[in-house]
Amino acid sequence: MFEPVLTQNVQRADSEKIATYLAHGGYAATRQALTGLTPGELVEMVKQSGLRGRGGAGFPAGVKWGFMPKDPGTPKIVAVNADEGEPGTFKDRLIIECDPHQLLEGTIIASYAVGANQAYVYIRGEFYLGYQRLVQAIAEAYEHGYLGKNILDSGFDLDVSVQRGAGAYICGEETAMLESMEGKPGNPRLKPPYPAQTGLFGLPTLVQNVETLACIPHIVLRGAEWFASMGTEESKGPKIFSVSGHVNRPGNYELPLGTKLSEIIYEHAGGIRGGKQLKAVIPGGASTPVLTPEQVDIPMAFETLAKAGSALGTGAIVVMDESTCMVEAARRTAKFFAHESCGRCTPCRIGSMRLYEALERLERGAGLQDDIERALYLSDNIDARTFCPMGAALVNPARSTIQKFRPEFEHHLEHRECLVRLH
Amino acid sequence: MLSEPDVQVSNPRSRALLLSALYSAQEQYGWLSPEAIQHVADQLELTPGQVHSTASFYSMFKLQPGGQYLLQVCEGLSCYLLDGADTLVAQIQKHLGIAPGETTPDGKFSLQIVQCIAACDYAPAIRVNDDLHGHITPESLDELLAQLSAQEEGAEHV
Ligand SMILES: Cc1cc2nc3c(=O)[nH]c(=O)nc-3n(C[C@H](O)[C@H](O)[C@H](O)COP(=O)(O)O)c2cc1C
Ligand code: SF4
Ligand code: FES
Repeated sequence: MFEPVLTQNVQRADSEKIATYLAHGGYAATRQALTGLTPGELVEMVKQSGLRGRGGAGFPAGVKWGFMPKDPGTPKIVAVNADEGEPGTFKDRLIIECDPHQLLEGTIIASYAVGANQAYVYIRGEFYLGYQRLVQAIAEAYEHGYLGKNILDSGFDLDVSVQRGAGAYICGEETAMLESMEGKPGNPRLKPPYPAQTGLFGLPTLVQNVETLACIPHIVLRGAEWFASMGTEESKGPKIFSVSGHVNRPGNYELPLGTKLSEIIYEHAGGIRGGKQLKAVIPGGASTPVLTPEQVDIPMAFETLAKAGSALGTGAIVVMDESTCMVEAARRTAKFFAHESCGRCTPCRIGSMRLYEALERLERGAGLQDDIERALYLSDNIDARTFCPMGAALVNPARSTIQKFRPEFEHHLEHRECLVRLH
Repeated sequence: MLSEPDVQVSNPRSRALLLSALYSAQEQYGWLSPEAIQHVADQLELTPGQVHSTASFYSMFKLQPGGQYLLQVCEGLSCYLLDGADTLVAQIQKHLGIAPGETTPDGKFSLQIVQCIAACDYAPAIRVNDDLHGHITPESLDELLAQLSAQEEGAEHV
């Protein structure tokens, strides 16, 4: 039986308060790291753990920590990505609202490991409750001496502050987030230079997702080997899977990476609502290619999903039953991405609109004869031709849905009506 | 040789306060009126153009006045799958007589369609100002609207 790691506190009464956190072993990892380990040892430990980023891209966290310059004279920054905007994803919200101290601990340890004395949490504007809880948690951490000057007599200083985003999905992309933190519109920056070289205010910056940082205290306390004992060859540790859509019990389920998608849907999330048949699953948030029922036995891991032509993304699982019109599902997601394009580059700004329009016409039963081909052609010409990875994000759902459910699109085109119409 | 251009280079750290400043101004003025923008610009030693370019990028900054209660209905995929989105928008439209983007004549309600608000576990979900309401049904929506309609002026949270 898997014992929850990241979500072990969330059910407790007053789980967001420092008293609750301390009563269950909280901040022991901070003490151990700051007083018993060197920054170099911590970086090595995180590398050994195999922890990969939980924000969508899956980059090895320890390797990223190692990219930060070692020169003690250069001020450095840790920027926590709490912008959680990938549709279907609601795992970071759980950590922020119900266990903010776990996130702070991860932030403190990461800052110590890379030599940053300033950390910022960039939180999604809509997360007002989370913002309040985080501000409160930070105040408590200062009072208890886990933040501020000379933390636990280690000689390490750290200040943490919270900045609210204001409703722009693209600000979850790390360089757009940095722009936003500097008070500008959230247009992504050219990479390289990567944030580890030139980040916030031009200083070396470590950007890390909330769930990634939440893993850190546990790695410190229980060791890299313990962490790496969970999961698959290339995907280690526990993961919070956000499950929504047509399941009996939507919610966050923490399980080891490598858990089968079918187990998550049928056992943990209680199966399909109303005893209906499964039709399609998005495995890792709206920007990951859709899977068909034949694929649900896949282990939820970076390498397995990539091999199946999709991606683990944020681990947000959206389940669709037989009553779902896939043309409408694709249209809805395309609308989201067209709306959220930052407008900086043409393939994304214009391409996302044209893609949406083609899908909208098809859905409405007013498709032009070549609209299916047009949508595929646009997808191929947006993908890999954009300034930031938003281009791939926006074509993935549209293209994969057409490829896997093409007869439904053809039905819309030829018969000018829907095969399944949800309402 | 050209001389150095005579422009005020604003302090990047002061511009970094812009989003927070816009939130405070919005709270104070109700929306980001031209006066509010000018006020923020003066405070942070930025130009009104810089302030406006940032403010207009983000959907949570209101460049138009709105109602006392901003009803945001999520039309994301998960909310749609659970019969939210269009159904709830239609119900609000019928009940209050406003379309998305509009405000009731008494200035009480504005309606807005938003995308996934990371509450798909509570789908269908809506936000009223800063508060999240989940598992919305036609009945609970009616109740919520009635409750808000009866609410006194100035009571922001429900
Ligand atoms: C369009 C787009 C949106 C993104 N949104 C988020 C987000 O909301 N939260 C997040 O942590 N990462 C997001 N990312 C990934 C970040 O750019 C970055 O990889 C991540 O924050 C790094 O942290 P990690 O290595 O811990 O995952 C997004 C990326 C793209 C291209
Ligand atoms: S791909 Fe889209 S989001 Fe990214 S820079 Fe270009 S327009 Fe902006
Ligand atoms: S789709 Fe509505 S909250 Fe996610």
